[in-house]
Amino acid sequence: MYSSNEIIETINMISQQHLDVRTITLGISLFDCITDSKKRTCEKIYDKIMSKAANLVKIGNDISDEIGVPIVNKRISVTPISLISAASKGHLEIIRTLDKIADETGIDFLGGYSALVHKAMTPYEKEFILSIPEALSTTNKICSSINVATSKAGINMDAVALMGKIVKDCAYRTKDKDSLACAKLVVFANAVEDNPFMAGAFLGCGEDDTVVNVGVSGPGVVKTALESVDGDLNEVAECIKQTAFKITRVGQLVAKEASKRLNASFGIVDLSLAPTPVVGDSVAHILEEIGLESVGACGTTACLAMLNDAVKKGGIMACSSVGGLSGAFIPVSEDAGMIKATEIGALNLEKLEAMTAVCSVGLDMIAIPGDTTAEVISGIIADEIAIGVVNTKTTAVRVIPVYGKKAGEYAEFGGLLGRAPIMNINKYSPAKFISRGGRIPAPLHSNKN
Amino acid sequence: MKAIVSVVGKDKKGIIAKVSTALYEMNINIENISQTIMQDYFTMIMAVDAGDSNLKFEAIKDNLNALAKNLGLEIHIQLQSIFDSMHRLDTTKKGL
Repeated sequence: MYSSNEIIETINMISQQHLDVRTITLGISLFDCITDSKKRTCEKIYDKIMSKAANLVKIGNDISDEIGVPIVNKRISVTPISLISAASKGHLEIIRTLDKIADETGIDFLGGYSALVHKAMTPYEKEFILSIPEALSTTNKICSSINVATSKAGINMDAVALMGKIVKDCAYRTKDKDSLACAKLVVFANAVEDNPFMAGAFLGCGEDDTVVNVGVSGPGVVKTALESVDGDLNEVAECIKQTAFKITRVGQLVAKEASKRLNASFGIVDLSLAPTPVVGDSVAHILEEIGLESVGACGTTACLAMLNDAVKKGGIMACSSVGGLSGAFIPVSEDAGMIKATEIGALNLEKLEAMTAVCSVGLDMIAIPGDTTAEVISGIIADEIAIGVVNTKTTAVRVIPVYGKKAGEYAEFGGLLGRAPIMNINKYSPAKFISRGGRIPAPLHSNKN
Repeated sequence: MKAIVSVVGKDKKGIIAKVSTALYEMNINIENISQTIMQDYFTMIMAVDAGDSNLKFEAIKDNLNALAKNLGLEIHIQLQSIFDSMHRLDTTKKGL
């Protein structure tokens, strides 16, 4: 029998500290849907996804009811569409099909309008990438990601230059909604194939036909646990590890149960601590609990490095298969503490960039002035991607140049995406560097064979 | 189906009687029960087996929620697996 303390601890974690499972993401391979006919490809995609995911939302809700833990999102990830549509050139038709599927299944997001162009872009992949602004501005739940670099291949700077323009175009086309389309677009280095989180989820080529990947959450639980720790940093790290173990165990339970009921493989549990804009669900507040006056203060990178590492150590023990991004997220608009720190001037883009060197997953949900040029955005992307390539880790950029707004104003996205104070950025031009194009070669230490 | 029913709220007469009657009426067996007063609050933990009940989990939950409202208490029912997962290293040894 359990002790009352154990039962009450679990109940309080859920009811007061926002312990939840952020997402059950059902990965579905679309390789068997490839044809050279646009119409036929769309029909096969519709039939395949509906046959696998029609009950995803219901099953997610059932599991949530039975164990008493909220499962906030139910999502689908698919094989990168650029691979599936290459034979038929039917990407714009496929986006309509995916939009319809997202509506009919009632899921929260569908990821995989993606291309992997880390070494080079084929002519068709370039055409595909150019369609992203239309795809994201005319749909609500579809997410797109582009992998522009790996530690093995180096950085495809032609793709980086193009993505600066694509981000600007996405911003313009959704100018009435604070450039919301940019929140559904991620540029990656070393993208992972089993990521359950949006906007970067897609199902990689090495994966099974249908796979359940689960992302846990729970920054509030870690913060509350740390409130009672008075000791040194060893004790802080131990406390984070033990708490991460409990959080991850919930993810493991949900992933096991969901894969059984959906008749899919158990993929991975992603250990990322994912914040939400709700008070008491903030990664920034954990760092402040460790001892910073505000996130962004000197010492922030060190605290975050420790947090990230301790979460992994606790989580790995709790779970039979860990993957995805697995690190602390620091999305500015989705974290009450990050928003506050930006407002008071404690946190800027340069500090955020340093923080991404020690955690996943990159410059995330950062609103920048609407008049930022495409070259500057490409420069931001290039810097962040270089951190990932050189450190052999995943990094990403999800910035929103909010059309018609300037630094100090706000972008309002609502829901899980939150609201973001627009940050001032360095406006000196990297235009010549970006216009050179070509590829930044892979770093020396990636040649391990 | 093994589950944990937890009852938390201000202490008053008849809580155990009413909760166990409700469980009996739903054909749910109580296998273990512990009760304490923590920080002026009545806290009761029941390990139950709902395997013989004809009701779906959702309906059991709804009934207990109605009772909770009636008594001015919080009543949760959750599958035992969530507590095994969070508080036991070896989840094959259930609820030890």
